[in-house]
Amino acid sequence: MTNSTTHKPSLWQRHAIFEKNSIILIVGILVAISIGGLVEVLPLFYLKSTIEKVEGVRPYSPLELAGRNIYVREGCYNCHSQMVRPLRDEVERYGHYSLAAESMYDHPFQWGSKRTGPDLARVGAKYSDDWHRDHLRNPRSVVPASIMPGYPWLEQTPLDIAHIGEDMAVLSIEGVPYTPEMIASAVSDAKTQGSADDGATAAFLKSYPKAITRDLGGNNGRLTEADALIAYLQLLGTQVDFKLYDDKANIR
Amino acid sequence: MTNRPDTNLDPRKAVGTTGHDWDGIEELNTPLPRWWLWTFYATILWALAYWVVYPAIPLATSFTKGMFGWTSREQVVQDLDGLKTLRGPMTAKIEAASLQDIAKTPELLSFARAQGAAAFAVNCSPCHGAGAQGFKGYPNLNDDDWLWGGSLDAIHTTLQHGIRWDADKDTRASMMPAFGRDGILKPNEISAVADYVRTLSALPVEKDADLKLGQKVFTENCAACHGEKGEGIQDVGAPKLNDKVWLYGPEKVTIMERITLGGGGQMPAWSQRLDSPTIKSLAVYVHTLGGGQ
Repeated sequence: MTNSTTHKPSLWQRHAIFEKNSIILIVGILVAISIGGLVEVLPLFYLKSTIEKVEGVRPYSPLELAGRNIYVREGCYNCHSQMVRPLRDEVERYGHYSLAAESMYDHPFQWGSKRTGPDLARVGAKYSDDWHRDHLRNPRSVVPASIMPGYPWLEQTPLDIAHIGEDMAVLSIEGVPYTPEMIASAVSDAKTQGSADDGATAAFLKSYPKAITRDLGGNNGRLTEADALIAYLQLLGTQVDFKLYDDKANIR
Repeated sequence: MTNRPDTNLDPRKAVGTTGHDWDGIEELNTPLPRWWLWTFYATILWALAYWVVYPAIPLATSFTKGMFGWTSREQVVQDLDGLKTLRGPMTAKIEAASLQDIAKTPELLSFARAQGAAAFAVNCSPCHGAGAQGFKGYPNLNDDDWLWGGSLDAIHTTLQHGIRWDADKDTRASMMPAFGRDGILKPNEISAVADYVRTLSALPVEKDADLKLGQKVFTENCAACHGEKGEGIQDVGAPKLNDKVWLYGPEKVTIMERITLGGGGQMPAWSQRLDSPTIKSLAVYVHTLGGGQ
């Protein structure tokens, strides 16, 4: 301001062009944010320490994927995160802290620290299928103090599994290693997983190791949305064997 | 014009204007409050220090590790080791002592009960209730009516291997047949035997109840597991039917539903999730809830 009369305008005055033209201001903001984004995000794609490979993690089976779609559709993530943080109290309560690789096939991921409800990253195999069924129908029937809404329609709604192969095809574009055979057999795989051993179970388990295959809900052949959701929940956090996982090897 | 401000107090003279002029409206160039400005500078300095002390800046193949090489994963390992050191001596004693000794030694008992209560709240209360009172289909642990045994060892085994938990090959397993769904019994037989089961604990039944048929069906189908008088057999986890404690409920319709569907509840094998001293503590804790045998 003081040297407004001099020939060379000061830096402050050069800045006036941003203040007086909204388009230039927007472009300036975009440039500034992009630099921040590039510096923060880009390294995640090439730094070894962020791309930790862990044994045991596989893509979701068709039934689990259908369950995951229901999880997202019903907005479970609004209250439940799936990320045990490396903090003493969380590890004490939920188990081993989550590894990035455990959600490598999640599109989108379900991380967070929003704990209106408990974290679900390690909920798999913690409760029985029946418990999940009771709890989804009416959470207060097993946890009187729960504020979770009931989802009674899930066990009454037949699962629409016909298009799950298309979901898998899209995910394979995003980098999830579904083979064309897996996609082709998606519907029958889902039925196999939701039934007691039907002869195809062994082949199914080859594609999707450690998947729970059982007669979910006791209504063979008539899968409901609750069945899919339970298959998904029972898998969460069970894929990596932490008795074999080496903490120290992965500190970088 | 009487309220015209004193020109001596005119802020335009005191702080000046920014020089911006929009149709005669000018902007005062009031400086930011000092406390705010210095706080702002301090946060900038704090951020710079943070860059130096903690891992921060990504490089071509790695990232700056910070002055102390801090990582959150090492930190949590240290924190957990701290807990281990804190609990270590007592945990070792729990691990070494037998369940009976833990229950007899006040020092061990109070530790086991504290550890057990914490583990119970996180792992067991979702099914058995915060007060171990149980829910429909999930047993009450405060009473002395046990499905698989209420001794310290029996509770411990149940905790370790679970009930009908396929992932554990030593799990407690038994399966009540689905008498109705699988067509083993006819609807009138199910109705009759449900009435008969109610009479075992002296509950009233309908006037036209066919108790004779009920008794016959019971003897042929149920007594092998539930006992001749419905006294239950813990070896196979068959509930006692001649007392007033019900897992699913005493109503005739509930009893008929259980006979129709069969099966039974599941409990996870906790040895896959919890360490051995914690499971021992839990066994002792549950044993002290009121029904331990």
